[in-house]
Amino acid sequence: MGGYLAGLSAEARVSFTVGLVVNPVAGVGGRVGLKGSDGAEVQERAFALGAVPQAAERASVALAELRARRPDVSVLTVAGAMGEAAARAAGIVPEVVFAAADPTSAADTIAAARSLAPQVDLLLFAGGDGTARDVLEAVGDALPVLGIPTGVKMHSAVFAVNPRAAGEVAADYSRLRDAEVVDRVDGSPRLFGHLRVPDVPARVQQRKTGSSGVTPDAVSGIAAELGSLVAPGELLILGPGTTTRAVAAVWGADVPVLGVNVLQDTKLLAADVTADQLLKLVAETPAHIALTPIGGQGFLLGRGNQQLSPEVLRAVGLERLHVVATEAKVVALGGRPLLVDTGDDALDRAFPRYVRVGTGWRRTILYPLNHSPSHPLNHPNHPLNERQS
Amino acid sequence: MSASSPRTPVPVEDARIAPKPGLRRFHQARWDEPLIFELTSPGERGVGVPVTDLPVPALPAGLARAEAPRLPEMSQPHVLRHYMRLSQETLGVDLNVDVGQGTCTMKYSPKVNDSFVRDPRIASLHPLQDEGTVQGVLEILYRLEGLLKEISGMDRVSLQPASGSSAIYANVSMIRAYHASRGEGELRDEIITTQFSHPTNAAAPKTAGYRVITLMPDADGYPDIEALRAAVGPRTAALLITNPEDTGIFNPRIEEFVRLVHEVGGLCCYDQANANGILGITRARDAGFDLCHFNLHKTFSTPHMCGGPAAGASAVTSALEPFLPRPTIEFDGSRYYVDDDRPESIGKIRPFYGVVSNLVRAYAWIMALGAQGLRDVAETSVLNNNYLISKVLEIKGVSLPYARGRRRVEQARYSWEKLNADTGIHSEQIGYRVADFGTHYWTSHHPYLVPEPMTLEPTESYSQADLDEYARILAEVAREAYEEPETVRTAPHNGPIHSMRDASLEDPGTWAVTWRAYRRKLA
Repeated sequence: MGGYLAGLSAEARVSFTVGLVVNPVAGVGGRVGLKGSDGAEVQERAFALGAVPQAAERASVALAELRARRPDVSVLTVAGAMGEAAARAAGIVPEVVFAAADPTSAADTIAAARSLAPQVDLLLFAGGDGTARDVLEAVGDALPVLGIPTGVKMHSAVFAVNPRAAGEVAADYSRLRDAEVVDRVDGSPRLFGHLRVPDVPARVQQRKTGSSGVTPDAVSGIAAELGSLVAPGELLILGPGTTTRAVAAVWGADVPVLGVNVLQDTKLLAADVTADQLLKLVAETPAHIALTPIGGQGFLLGRGNQQLSPEVLRAVGLERLHVVATEAKVVALGGRPLLVDTGDDALDRAFPRYVRVGTGWRRTILYPLNHSPSHPLNHPNHPLNERQS
Repeated sequence: MSASSPRTPVPVEDARIAPKPGLRRFHQARWDEPLIFELTSPGERGVGVPVTDLPVPALPAGLARAEAPRLPEMSQPHVLRHYMRLSQETLGVDLNVDVGQGTCTMKYSPKVNDSFVRDPRIASLHPLQDEGTVQGVLEILYRLEGLLKEISGMDRVSLQPASGSSAIYANVSMIRAYHASRGEGELRDEIITTQFSHPTNAAAPKTAGYRVITLMPDADGYPDIEALRAAVGPRTAALLITNPEDTGIFNPRIEEFVRLVHEVGGLCCYDQANANGILGITRARDAGFDLCHFNLHKTFSTPHMCGGPAAGASAVTSALEPFLPRPTIEFDGSRYYVDDDRPESIGKIRPFYGVVSNLVRAYAWIMALGAQGLRDVAETSVLNNNYLISKVLEIKGVSLPYARGRRRVEQARYSWEKLNADTGIHSEQIGYRVADFGTHYWTSHHPYLVPEPMTLEPTESYSQADLDEYARILAEVAREAYEEPETVRTAPHNGPIHSMRDASLEDPGTWAVTWRAYRRKLA
């Protein structure tokens, strides 16, 4: 890990140019009790209910903080409500390099991000999970990105903890990490991919909100432990995620971050496999499965890894299923249980109430796993939930 | 910047009757002092060694240097001045209200104890002297073991470990030897600990080759007993647990924890590094533990220094006595002697008897207090802590997570989560700003389980006025965070170092703990 900016401090860079894209309607659904702000219909309803856009104001708080810390910063942005206004409110005269239609749409966010990306060191975007998905689609891992949180309920780990922190982090970071972009689809969180975001390890909120720094030390320990469990010739099925991807990288295997991948003797045997392909493979060769929970969410199965179907899980055997995560990632779950939703209720109930999460060589954390809404940790009045809200 | 002087200056004529200042107008010395290696002046000497005509015995060839070591060449006053300047650029237990280093028990160490240690009758001893010539120090060590047996309820105590970590490692080694002696050494390869126990309780067994299972706290902050039930089994070698944990919360179900582990044949090992609040109130043995350890440099007088000399004590029941580090110190009714003939011993944790200077301090401290005095220490430290909690919780933006409405023992882990959400200021930044008033605090171990943590442990050493001063400093910094956050964000203003890049501490490429490494990496 580390990325192409690793070791290069903010001060060391000669000049610093930030791109800014504001989704002006992000979060409008929040204060009027809607669950999100995606789509023109929801936005119209929100405005009808008296919603006031907050995104530009929050973006300007971030920029003001950034400017205070980096007076030399140059800002490239989009005309009007998609960035220019927020920059000016922060006392910055931006260079406007893109103009969008009014009202704006997701397509404008994507087009704006694409046009800014080649010209900037860091892309700041103000929005929620939907905006993060648009930015992911536009720029992928081409450059460092940081979200200024203005959405309703943000699942993705790409946001600073608050607007001011976004400015703080943008002004001073020395390395990057892969962070999950997660959005709710039909009521369930789904992993869409990863953005490269500044890694500021002293800031616990980063760890709490989502994936944590996948440090080489922790990952090499996890890889060594997993390697010791899998006999020569056996298959190791890796679920999606940065942790499992980093484990594969320790062995020199480059696996896609989103799919389910199969290794044999630490070599990539089959990438991005389907449930049927998996079933065939595990019928012929004994296999292990290694999974990492979705950061901040806790989902082990049923979100973004449906390829691991109940049939595949049964064929492999739950006792050969290994959960891995860095200690920081486990702590970032904030005490909320791991979750399984395989689509097979009986199989869900066959999981133990506590699972051992491998956090390094010979290190595990015994962590609660929930397959029952009646679990006390799932109760909205549970102090941990209260603290998170 | 309002870094200085929120109070009105006291006129000189009133100074002697003025109350303790509301907030200190502190400013630390800044000497811009180079590293001592950079102060070298070729040919300068601290001591002029006389030239001699006497024959000098030849060194073995392998020990002779080809060239002189590159040590700094300096006169005595230059050395003295250098270290005096550095000492003025630090904070420490003899300088400030040092209640902020929670879990470290930064109590006052009576200076008279240092005089015993500096006494030539201790200072000039050599560990290889014949035991007939060191009866006095052996008596002190033997009697100290007796006192710690009484304090813990255990049957034997080894004073050999050099630190808390060393004592935990000794205990883990004895656990392994115990199970091996029963033919279960291979089978029992798992050690259980908790997230709020000191990280050494995971690190030491891992170093010793065990698999380590960590239990997370439940919703009230107690170790999750359901998780323990799921963790124990035939592979369980031991439970290593602190009580109270770093949160200062006493685990009222500790006997049940011990029972669950004993039922599967495991041993229970009590980390009593944080024993200051329970001296004379609870004992490891009474809760059913098989082993425990103390950090003599915390609870028993010697201050917890910057990685300097510590002293640990490992205490065990008679079932584990054969495995104690060797040698032990024994008394045959007329003379004290060293018993090195212990075939089942785990061996040596460090050379010789232990860190004798700190063992002497601990002995003097316990003897000066007596049994009732030890209990007074515990009660005063608990009272101080709960008084400070009541003062701190009056401050906007701070909370005390977990176990609501319950008292803490001798320390407390607070959270600035609300202040951070309101102002964007982080706990570390508050800590830097607190240094502008001549004190400091520690957050917690990483990763932070309590968001924006702050861990305070006032011990028995501080007066009500001291604690009030500390709480006033925190209140002032919290006010600044809300009203003038820039002051906090850019702190410290009154110290010798203005800001530090944390990232450099996490990058081994920039670590330089020796002059050689400094020249290689940074010069």
